[in-house]
Amino acid sequence: MEQVSQVEVKPVNKEKVKNFLRVMWYLAAITAIEFGIAFTIPHEYKWGRITVFILLTIVKAYYIVSEFMHLGHEKKSLKMSIVLPLLFVVFLIFIMLYQAQAIYELIN
Amino acid sequence: MSSTAVIVEESNKNLWGGGTAPMKASYGKLMMWFFLLSDAFTFSALLITYGLIRFSHPAYDGAVAEFIFSQEYWPIPEKVFDAVPFLHGIHAPLVFVGVMTFILILSSVTMVLAVEAGERMDRRSVEKWMLWTIIGGLTFLGCQAWEWSHFITGTAEGGKLLDGSVFYGANLQINQYGPSNFAALFFFITGFHGFHVLSGVVINFIIFYQTVVGKLERRGHYEMVEKVGLYWHFVDLVWVFVFTFFYLV
Repeated sequence: MEQVSQVEVKPVNKEKVKNFLRVMWYLAAITAIEFGIAFTIPHEYKWGRITVFILLTIVKAYYIVSEFMHLGHEKKSLKMSIVLPLLFVVFLIFIMLYQAQAIYELIN
Repeated sequence: MSSTAVIVEESNKNLWGGGTAPMKASYGKLMMWFFLLSDAFTFSALLITYGLIRFSHPAYDGAVAEFIFSQEYWPIPEKVFDAVPFLHGIHAPLVFVGVMTFILILSSVTMVLAVEAGERMDRRSVEKWMLWTIIGGLTFLGCQAWEWSHFITGTAEGGKLLDGSVFYGANLQINQYGPSNFAALFFFITGFHGFHVLSGVVINFIIFYQTVVGKLERRGHYEMVEKVGLYWHFVDLVWVFVFTFFYLV
């Protein structure tokens, strides 16, 4: 009972696929760089390492959200409704790390 | 009916006045985005809790080469996660989580290809790429199961507790790697993420099934693939952060 599909299939959007593969290589390369840093830069440069790791993570997050999740191509109102609330997270990071220092001094 | 005219008052045609999609996204897609935003807050809270607890414990300040597990300070992650399946006893720090990261990135790529295929009504390709995405998700879950069982079983040397006895592996009270909270946070954060992957695989399977039986084709569009795609990419996104803050830093 072979059912012939009536739906017209459009050809592959080569530009789009190329863009996705490009993002995939970026993500793979950044992860490889993170590994390189983890094993070549000694642990003495603790805050330097942490800063670079966080920056590279944000770059990766940007590519995933902007290209894979397509947010970069949505309307500005949608972009802002998702990105701006996340500023609260930045706030929470700072108050909680400050709090951590206080707890550390209290128990040690 | 031919005499019925549709009257559109120009004054009512403002963007937020109803009848249009002001953000050029369907209701379902918007709600998926706002769910993901709330989920992002949940994961942020968990990772910030990790930071809070980690920095309220002493850090190891000796030479990295001489690091041993102790309850006195927070462990260096690469000294804890250094095992790879089938390579027993070989010190290969972070190699296995690196592999897991690549698996998840690849499954994100196959997901995005499924979405692209859905946009051009190519049922065959949607089926193919959804299936690859599900396989990637299951592979990741398998890796995580191995990771957990290795973490719980522990290493042959074990670690010294404060009373001098040697303990192997980890549970929610004590662990050989460091302070009690280290293992608790490992279980909670990677577990919560793993549960997201599991639910993602289940949801992906449902959509795969609906594609196979032709439900989405009859509906005329494959937007459901796009919506579950958003969720799946989010799971990948969270792993990027867990990888950095739990394993690298």
